[in-house]
Amino acid sequence: MDPTPTPHIFFSPARIWAIASNTLLELVRQKVFYFLLVFGFLLIGLGAIAPEFNFQEQFQLLKDVSLGAMSIFTWLLSVLATAMLLPKDIEDRTLYTILAKPVPRFEYLIGKLLGVLLLLLISTLVMAAVFVLALYSRQQLAIAETIRNTSPDQVQDALREIHAATFSFSLIPAIIIIYVKAALFASLTLFISTFASSWIFTVIVSIACYFIGSLQGVAREVWLANGATTGHLPRIFLALIALIFPDLQLFNLVDDIVAGNSISLVLFGKTAALGGLYTCIYLLVAYFVFASKEL
Amino acid sequence: MSGWFRFAAVAGILLLFGAVRIPIETRLNAEYRAAFFHGAKLNLGLRQQIGQLGFLAALGGFRAAVADGLWIQAHIDWMNTEWGKMLFLFNSVTALQPRNIMFWDVAAWHMAYNASVAAMDDRTQPRLALRLRHQHEYFLIGKDLLERGIANNPDRYKLYESLGTLLRDKLQDHCGAAAAYASAARLPDAMTYEKRFAAYELSRCPGHEREAYNELLRLYRLGEKEWLPTLLSRLKYLQEKLNIPLSQRVNIPENQLPPQHFRDN
Repeated sequence: MDPTPTPHIFFSPARIWAIASNTLLELVRQKVFYFLLVFGFLLIGLGAIAPEFNFQEQFQLLKDVSLGAMSIFTWLLSVLATAMLLPKDIEDRTLYTILAKPVPRFEYLIGKLLGVLLLLLISTLVMAAVFVLALYSRQQLAIAETIRNTSPDQVQDALREIHAATFSFSLIPAIIIIYVKAALFASLTLFISTFASSWIFTVIVSIACYFIGSLQGVAREVWLANGATTGHLPRIFLALIALIFPDLQLFNLVDDIVAGNSISLVLFGKTAALGGLYTCIYLLVAYFVFASKEL
Repeated sequence: MSGWFRFAAVAGILLLFGAVRIPIETRLNAEYRAAFFHGAKLNLGLRQQIGQLGFLAALGGFRAAVADGLWIQAHIDWMNTEWGKMLFLFNSVTALQPRNIMFWDVAAWHMAYNASVAAMDDRTQPRLALRLRHQHEYFLIGKDLLERGIANNPDRYKLYESLGTLLRDKLQDHCGAAAAYASAARLPDAMTYEKRFAAYELSRCPGHEREAYNELLRLYRLGEKEWLPTLLSRLKYLQEKLNIPLSQRVNIPENQLPPQHFRDN
């Protein structure tokens, strides 16, 4: 037996990974992936009404509904999964067992958040795969029908229109930004849950933050507008909204991308980096509150 | 650490982060606007059109889903030939998704091509003059939708093309159609026929015959792939109309022209 004790490492990725993988396992055991069935049913339901529309409309509906559903599901999953993390660990007394060991609180929080982020990543990837499969099969149907019904001199133009209406490179950044937004919300929800009295409070405040964040851009523009007619008190209120809440409109790109807008790599990079920064800052303030929390 | 100090420290971090990111967000927002993102005008007018819940969903980043719901409703109204209700819904859909050219295009098509025919066939209106007026009003509604669509999508060719076709086929405004097709031809990804269509319409625009002749001749000289029956027919017509000297004329054999009843001079 080695008589010298192993020195305690201040920051251990292995410990964080252990917490993250356990968090992911716990969440999977809660059968959170069942919502993927809802996503699947949604696409099947859409397929049922699709024959009523022409191909362009079918592609549009499929993209709008699929990416909209991905956006809603990942957001809800990030809020609900994160809101229950700390209360559940306190209720099960797992938190005390973990923190009684030489595990710093920031490692615990990072591990928990990483677990949720992994869950969100798996969900986003599965939904994206189902979406791509559905869009591809619809595209092949459209191509087959176009070749059958179009005169040979017009078939190339018709096929070009079908390809342009289905897959575009911008769909990839659109899906990544959906994930970034969900990650931001997971971090924000974790921050709220560090001082919340119950998980219901966390969920409600987080949902409220979503809607306030969607209007943050408007508040910021009014606040920064020169010669605004608003009084001092409303301006202070607008400033607080602009300074405290995230601007979620910057992450609502899906609507415009499915409408045919393309996003440059630079713009996408800046948005993703801003999302990452938000996630880190909310994690930092979550740690600040959690570090001095009496447990 | 006291509760108040902790609260102040957290608030301080959030406010400091806010102060740092506000200029970044403002700049990023401007870049998105320049790239035609976030163009929807979510105002009180739209709020009245789509209801509180729809408006809330649109604000929450689900504009496309709300627009699709309204689009499906408009499709049902089409089957019931409720043109007024359809136009109301089209205005909401296009306000929610102004960058979706399919919505503008199909909405304009319904108004200018379907509603106008229905107005002309309206058995409840015995007076022909009124039926014609209603038909013309629907043409103008279609044109208005396309023009608003173009204002929101000046970088895409499709709506210019649809406007050109509408002006040509429904309003017989050949000069306007020529300008619309020419605008479409200038944009990236435009179909190869746009420039030909622009030249055909210019040849029908009074006072622009010489300009049209030069353009048709230029296209003709590009090679055999441009020698389509309509192009040859318009070129032959202008050669005669402009009294082009025989030595300078392109020899167009009769068998390459469309049948006489398809030629419009």
